[in-house]
Amino acid sequence: MNALAHLIAGHELPFWTITIGVVANIPTAMLGCYLVLRRMSLMGDAISHAVLPGIVLGFLWSHSLAGWGIFVGAVVMGLITAMLTQTINTYARVPEDSSMGVVFTSLFALGVFLITNLARNFDLDPGCVLYGLIEAAPLDTVSWLGVEVPRALGPMFAALVATCVFVAVFWKELKISSFDPALATAMGYRATAMHYALMAMVAVVTVASFEAVGSIIVIAMLVVPAATAHLLTDRFGRMMLLAVGVSIVSTVMGYWSAAALDTTVAGMMGVAAGVQLAAAVIFSPRYGLVGKAANSLALSMRIVGEDIVAMLYRAEELAGQSRRGLPEKLSLRHCVRAVGGGLTARLAVPYLWRRGAIALAGGELTLTDRGRRLAQSLVRSHRLWEAFLTEHFQLPLDHVHAPAERIEHFIGPQLQESLAEDLRAPSVDPHGRDIPPTT
Amino acid sequence: MNAAASPDVLLSGAQPVLDVHDVTVAYHRKPVLWDIDLTLAEPTLAGIVGPNGAGKSTFIKAVLGLVPLASGQVRVFGQELAAVRKRIGYVPQRESVDWDFPVTVLDVVLMGTYGKLGWFRRPGSAERRWAHECLDRVGLADLAARQIGQLSGGQQQRTFLARALAQEAELYLMDEPMAGVDAATEQVVFGLLEELRQAGKTVLVVHHDLRTVVKYYETVIMLNMRLVATGPTDEVFTHENLRKTYGGRLAILDAAGEAVAAQERSA
Amino acid sequence: MTGWLAYNTAIVLAGTMLLGASCGLVGCFAVLRRRALLGDALAHAALPGVGVAFLLANERSMPVLLLGALVSGLLGVVIVAVLRFATRTKDDAAIGAVLGVASALGFVLIRVIQDRTTTGSKAGLASYILGKTAGMIAQDVYLMAAVSAGCLAIVWFFYKEFKAIAFDPGFAKVQGWPVLALDFLLTGLIAVAVVVGLPAVGGLLITALLIIPAVSARFWTDSLGRMLMLSTLLGGAIGACGTALSAQFSFSPAGPVIVLVGTAAFTGSMLLAPRRGLIARGLDEARFRRRLARQKLLRMLYELDEAAGGGPRPFELADVGVTIARIDAMARDGLATPVGAGRYLLTASGREQGARAARASRLWHLFLSEHADLAPSYADLDAERIDTILPDEMIRELESRLLADGSWPVELPPPAMEACR
Repeated sequence: MNALAHLIAGHELPFWTITIGVVANIPTAMLGCYLVLRRMSLMGDAISHAVLPGIVLGFLWSHSLAGWGIFVGAVVMGLITAMLTQTINTYARVPEDSSMGVVFTSLFALGVFLITNLARNFDLDPGCVLYGLIEAAPLDTVSWLGVEVPRALGPMFAALVATCVFVAVFWKELKISSFDPALATAMGYRATAMHYALMAMVAVVTVASFEAVGSIIVIAMLVVPAATAHLLTDRFGRMMLLAVGVSIVSTVMGYWSAAALDTTVAGMMGVAAGVQLAAAVIFSPRYGLVGKAANSLALSMRIVGEDIVAMLYRAEELAGQSRRGLPEKLSLRHCVRAVGGGLTARLAVPYLWRRGAIALAGGELTLTDRGRRLAQSLVRSHRLWEAFLTEHFQLPLDHVHAPAERIEHFIGPQLQESLAEDLRAPSVDPHGRDIPPTT
Repeated sequence: MNAAASPDVLLSGAQPVLDVHDVTVAYHRKPVLWDIDLTLAEPTLAGIVGPNGAGKSTFIKAVLGLVPLASGQVRVFGQELAAVRKRIGYVPQRESVDWDFPVTVLDVVLMGTYGKLGWFRRPGSAERRWAHECLDRVGLADLAARQIGQLSGGQQQRTFLARALAQEAELYLMDEPMAGVDAATEQVVFGLLEELRQAGKTVLVVHHDLRTVVKYYETVIMLNMRLVATGPTDEVFTHENLRKTYGGRLAILDAAGEAVAAQERSA
Repeated sequence: MTGWLAYNTAIVLAGTMLLGASCGLVGCFAVLRRRALLGDALAHAALPGVGVAFLLANERSMPVLLLGALVSGLLGVVIVAVLRFATRTKDDAAIGAVLGVASALGFVLIRVIQDRTTTGSKAGLASYILGKTAGMIAQDVYLMAAVSAGCLAIVWFFYKEFKAIAFDPGFAKVQGWPVLALDFLLTGLIAVAVVVGLPAVGGLLITALLIIPAVSARFWTDSLGRMLMLSTLLGGAIGACGTALSAQFSFSPAGPVIVLVGTAAFTGSMLLAPRRGLIARGLDEARFRRRLARQKLLRMLYELDEAAGGGPRPFELADVGVTIARIDAMARDGLATPVGAGRYLLTASGREQGARAARASRLWHLFLSEHADLAPSYADLDAERIDTILPDEMIRELESRLLADGSWPVELPPPAMEACR
């Protein structure tokens, strides 16, 4: 305990600054997941701007930035934004994005106007509201259970708890109304009510975190962690956890990099979140640019490679049948050209060779035993599919090769078996060629 | 007609499954559905047909209360919609949801049980078992843990169907469950619809392939902004009514003509 | 001293007016192309460019800063496009992410610069965030005038092409127009207008100038040409009024005041515009509903009489589900008369109107089933508009068919027979 108190008191360790950042950014990231998945990120942007007049009016009313006044003001403004956007869109038929643009820029302008003109007579610093003042927040403390705690932490912590409760209690309702609002409404869950509840919560967390990040960068903390997490996972719960993780990393990275560059912590938190998003965009295993390119390259290499071994197999087959003794070997150049040439074809040869499917001697390719087994299975799939198409869809013979050529790469042993069963284990394909046995 | 013949219906004093009275849905001045009057007295498997833009989807949404009615009312099982929501299942169009949404196939099917659970209660192991069972019935048990975006079109459609099964509803409204599925999946889907019908449920399906209407549906609802005709398929699905529904769209009429001719041959 | 003030005010007035006008002009396309908030992303994304340009040029020269803003704003748009098309991120999240991260980066850079350089240039950079009209000098106004003239010239020159891609990009593409290039040009125009406005209104509010004049103008007209003109004028007026107000009452910065003047203009247009305005439309809608309800009631009453055969018969209010207020209104219009407690009778003119409504409804019904392929695109809830919607020959043909199968309302004179051959 003493050690902790010492740590907290020590100025070299920015314990409270980071705590404030983390507590402020976690609920923002959680709600951001819903915004991103509902394609309502811009509503989050709009609300985060539009709460500004609410903050100012709440402040003028309660003369405090720590009181409940600013929360009430912000929730009212948040709901007004959502409702006005909807109303102007529906009744005045202004396109939704323009309608949102008019509403939130107007409210934000009102806020800036109030803050720069009226509030100058009061103790309200525009810079603090707009850009956050996380650096100074730990200095204004209250005593709580004998520990000096930053005053700003109180409302932020309340917002964090409120968000966790909201998400936990309405987990199922939020999920279904985000995924399929029509079904949710049809089931009797009021999707509209959930929408406005969510908007009110966004207003709450926006206000709670403005002292940490300011009312402008909060949009980055709403959208970026969620967008990053969405690129990394396919599970909703995990997405929320990841988003929280991204926001914590952003806070810590933001603090240290701001200290190093001697600049604004709030700004660096936004930038740190952006860096993580960029990393996810590029390196996410499944949805990142590199991952996607690698996957598609690997797939096309597999397909081209399989085409090459199947071609070698057919060549062997023909050589076996023909009395003229056609060559079982094919030249490397011939093979590459036959499968369409290009980079993937050129890469496919070393790929096959490394897998031990082909042997390369004197510029000519031959199948290894292993390659032959692979090819046999492919050719079996191909010919079974041709037989299947002819049997069930009465396709003419010259129409069955092309679909089979594509699908052969995706027919696993299981499907192969059920195809064979369905066709009563045929021994020849519709063209009269042998269907090789299973390997 | 058939209602009189069924003693169960008479004894229970049963209300019609669906009673749509004088319903008009309009986009500003433009009617999408105009003065629709329709009663389904008894459980049935019904196909809703009509050209593009004829208001088929809107009809389903109007029944579900998803679009505002300019006039008229809808009663289901003789009651206001709000009272019977839990007894209605819905399969929306496939395009209506975001397939990048981070949920698994099982999650989606579980959503079917949400209606019965009501506010705050979470699906438990009983619901999970049930969802697995529904998935099994559409042949997707192996894919339960997949993210929904990784399914093929037909599999996505079947996932929606499993979700509808999980709803354990008595009236099902399905918006083009056959759009973009292959012939084999279509067979599977209809097998299920037929099962539901056998179990005494009512199933309304927006259907676009006129050639298969006669084969699959005992009742047909022909819509073209107005209700053109409704009733037993073999009585109502006629050349005359098709012309009134589709006008002079020759290609469609030819296709339908074949179907009607086939029906006449078999009759 | 007053002379200097007046000169300074005139400069600022001219500058904000030109700025409002050019934003109003290009904003029309942003709004029509549903790109309103892409402009917002662009404006925010311009902020880091200002910082980088300052660091590179190491001085506050407006053209250099604006060039930096332009480059980074457009880069932001490109990043939005990459996120949208190359990953599973949807466009709203892409715009939100770029907007948020870019403003964060902008603040960081501007703070770094402020701390490093002498006090003289501090205010200069901060004004790119919230705007500072007072800092405007004659050179800035010349720049704005040049930009406005440039925008006008380009819009003038490419009017037809821009109109096509704003209205139906798919069609424009099929027509063989370089939609992508035109789109890029349009985005470039928006970017230039936004960037030039940055020092005056600030990156956080410049979007308002892009959207507000355009959507306000849209309420007053349906023609693109007039909308462009109106939006340009309105933008100029908003800029000038806002500046004048803020100078008069010494509000600073002027940016928010300009936007609030715009908000007032928008609210006024939304409420008051004839035809498309909320009030006009609400009144129209209420009138229309009343008319429809009355048409429906008269038709129902007429058809009841028709089914029973013979002359008009009195009806009970309760039976037909009509309120006293409604029947009173009808009595005032001479359509029904009271014949005892809660009982009413249609007058001759009421019956005639009922018959007309019945005719219209039956004509529609016939039309819909005879021409099922085209009918839905013609249908109108106001059944009696059928005579103005369908061509005369069509009406004649349908009427003769009604007459032939005996469903013509007897109350009405038979249709002109010459078409019945």
